[in-house]
Amino acid sequence: MVQITTAADDGRVGRFTSPIRRLINVLFSVALTFLGLTCVTFFIGRVIPIDPVLAIVGDKASIETYNRVRIEIGLDQPIPVQYWRYLVKVLHGDFGNSVITSQPVLRDLLHVFPATLELSMLALIIGVALGIPLGVIAATHRGRWQDQAIRFGSLLGYSMPVFWLGLIGLLVFYAELGWVEGPGRLDVSFDDIVPSITGLLTVDSLIAGDNEVFWNSVSHLVLPGSILGYLSLAYVARMTRSFMLAQLKQEYILATLAKGLSPLRVVWVHALGNVWVQLVTVIALTFGNLLEGAVLTETVFAWPGLGLYMKNSLFNADLNAVLGGTMMVGVVYIGLNMLSDLIYPLVDPRAREPR
Amino acid sequence: MTQSPIPLLSVRNLRVVYPGEEGDFVAVRKISFTLGRERLGIVGESGSGKSTTGRAIMGLVAAPGRVEADEMRLGEVDLLRLDERGFRRLRGKRVAMILQDPKYSLDPVMSVGYQIAETHRCHFGSSPLAARAATLEMLSAVYIRDPERVYELYPHQVSGGMGQRVMIAMMLIAGPDLLIADEPTSALDVTVQHQVLAIMDDLVRSRGMGLILISHNLHLVSAFCDRVLVMYAGHVVETCNASELAAARHPYTRGLLASLPELGRRRAELPQLQRDPAWAADAS
Amino acid sequence: MSDTVTWRGWLLDPAPASRGQARLGRWYRSWRAFRRNGLAMTGLIVVLALVLMAVAAPLIADPTAATLQVLTSRLQPASSAHWFGTDELGRDIFARIVFGARTTLTIVALVSIIVVPAGLAIGLPAGYFGGWVDVVLMRITDIFLSFPRLVLALAFAAALGPGIENAVIAISLTTWPPYARLARAETLTRRHAEFIEAAELQGASHLRIIVTQIVPLCLPSVIIRLTLDMAGIILTAAGLGFLGLGAQPPAPEWGAMVSSGRQVLLDQWWVSTIPGIAIFVTSVGFNLLGDGLRDVADSRSA
Repeated sequence: MVQITTAADDGRVGRFTSPIRRLINVLFSVALTFLGLTCVTFFIGRVIPIDPVLAIVGDKASIETYNRVRIEIGLDQPIPVQYWRYLVKVLHGDFGNSVITSQPVLRDLLHVFPATLELSMLALIIGVALGIPLGVIAATHRGRWQDQAIRFGSLLGYSMPVFWLGLIGLLVFYAELGWVEGPGRLDVSFDDIVPSITGLLTVDSLIAGDNEVFWNSVSHLVLPGSILGYLSLAYVARMTRSFMLAQLKQEYILATLAKGLSPLRVVWVHALGNVWVQLVTVIALTFGNLLEGAVLTETVFAWPGLGLYMKNSLFNADLNAVLGGTMMVGVVYIGLNMLSDLIYPLVDPRAREPR
Repeated sequence: MTQSPIPLLSVRNLRVVYPGEEGDFVAVRKISFTLGRERLGIVGESGSGKSTTGRAIMGLVAAPGRVEADEMRLGEVDLLRLDERGFRRLRGKRVAMILQDPKYSLDPVMSVGYQIAETHRCHFGSSPLAARAATLEMLSAVYIRDPERVYELYPHQVSGGMGQRVMIAMMLIAGPDLLIADEPTSALDVTVQHQVLAIMDDLVRSRGMGLILISHNLHLVSAFCDRVLVMYAGHVVETCNASELAAARHPYTRGLLASLPELGRRRAELPQLQRDPAWAADAS
Repeated sequence: MSDTVTWRGWLLDPAPASRGQARLGRWYRSWRAFRRNGLAMTGLIVVLALVLMAVAAPLIADPTAATLQVLTSRLQPASSAHWFGTDELGRDIFARIVFGARTTLTIVALVSIIVVPAGLAIGLPAGYFGGWVDVVLMRITDIFLSFPRLVLALAFAAALGPGIENAVIAISLTTWPPYARLARAETLTRRHAEFIEAAELQGASHLRIIVTQIVPLCLPSVIIRLTLDMAGIILTAAGLGFLGLGAQPPAPEWGAMVSSGRQVLLDQWWVSTIPGIAIFVTSVGFNLLGDGLRDVADSRSA
């Protein structure tokens, strides 16, 4: 039988251990995974390319740049030493410099990340706020038209290529109907008007009290946000439905009904209450998917975020930037996993105590 | 045994059918019985329809199952005419059910105290404080010594016996007239079984309730109940007083009695129950 | 029904005479349950159509038309000569779609034959032997589970250059962990089952037990999971193609086709839209098929 294996299922993390031990367990996992990530990026950066220096500086670099980077990387050292030096640098936030901007990659990344964050968070909120109730409704009306409709809508959602849907969306809602603004975060005339505090344009414009910029940024957000929101809700609804169906078969549901509680309460308080545990993982995964797909979305919508940055870096043969971006996404992924592992005992009392 | 003029529960020709792709499955075939403020045991093996009978009385037979009967009344309430809302008013308040294993029949992510209080608040609209007080009182009534501490525990933290007592508290707190206990002790150790049954007995007596005890354990039922119904393949094959069980007439019951091991009586081989397909046939 | 000596009767016989008959009977019943599910059958038909299209591509469309650039007939709408029109280089879109199915199927097949054995090879020993083996293997699995698929593919492409092989490697590297976990979970539930103990008592070696007893039990859920994942793999591959990192031109690849039509989206919408529909339909097909298989498996074990 197909199972969705989560941290909750395999009994590895935190099921029967005390909170302290669990925290240590999680941190150890995180550290190990992070090291693994650095290994992979190191491998891609130094070991795979035939000439790593060339891969980093590009073939248009000057001799001085070439030699400087060559010394920086320390190509004469054995690989483990190289890795160690790389690791130390990464821990200090030094991902090297971007060939294009000549700025430290980390600085570039921090500059572009908020744009991705704004879009992803909007999509996640839509996905979760709509997806969970829809999943519950589908489960409680199993086989009837509500279930069929929701399942159908979800199926379309997670079968659709996001870049294609984005293009179609632009074609229909922007080009033909003119209901929303087009690519980019703001109309060009509004660039740099509002001081950047959080990097989230909607928030910053509200802080600055500039309504025009706010509405403009919202109208640019609507289309990509809705599309990504739809794709997210498709996934969340599907998972929620699946979890709820499993819960509704349990004995305690019969018992709560036998107590005389209303079906609404039984479903939305008892059954859903038991599903939150698994939903935490799903939400983390959804957010991860959004970040990952950002490369495609931002390309279609010319959204100046992490994804577009990485794509441009790729086509400009800016290896440092690509690897830096990979590292950043990887770290966020690891962070999300860690969060869901830590939240899990808050939601499931069975995981709290030593047994 | 005085019986009130209107029996607590009267059932006539109850039939429960589950339609399926490869033919209908009839779980309960036209059984009839009445119950007063007494203890009735329903004995049978798995698949005999005993649990389904209990569920039918409470309106918990899941679709696509169908419940049909000539008569099914709880006191003066006609159970056949009730819709889901009507049943909801009865459940917990007039008729209650205890299930087999508290590990699975209690909500795992809520404290046991909260779940008991929830029943109280649902039926009486009480404030959280009043419900809590009633819960603590109920926990004492099922002989739980430290109600304040147990209130906060989660189902996985309580032992089997205590869990069943919590179950009893949860289901009886709203004061029902009829309790249906579906294999209440089957998941418990033998030593704990008697404890739990004694508590149940005590409460049922002191509140003047009726009890239907469903079990596969003939010894248990005969020792604990006033009357016994033996079910096989959806039929009631025997009805008698518990004290007269040894004089049972139906071959199935006799077969069951004969195959029970007894201390002090040596037998080389326990006789095996020979099933006659005629017992499963519909009478009419 | 079971009285007459027909294939159907033999398969559905409630008292099978041999293990083979019982097994075939089970498959037949599952097939009947599957067949009843209209959506699942639709999925199966779509997938079969895809396979057919890929295999018989030269019979369906002209192979040269897929790459032949006829610049005088660029950007033509659908017509009798070109059923889906032509793209910005005058190539016949219909032919490109048909041959693009080959690319899609190749990627799917390659990823599958890497991912399933890898997942089993790691998950089975982890569940079977437990202890240190389990801990180490699962840590490795978790590390790979944390890697973002598309982004990693991007990084690979940055280092190795674009190409279908690199896309396959990147996708496989990030797809195998759930299969290892699944294999491990399935193994754990069976590990201490009595029939395994019986085999051990008979003197079967660990390897023999794993291969003959446990693998067959894991396979159904692994295959169902794979079918369900296929859609995601196809979408990722198409995404890579869209970015220019998959199969390189002039080879037809659906994602790349969508990308190349972006410039002319407003007026010649079909250049981007039609390959997108192909991706979408294929994805839906695999999802329906996977859902149908899972429903049958669930109802069997329920």
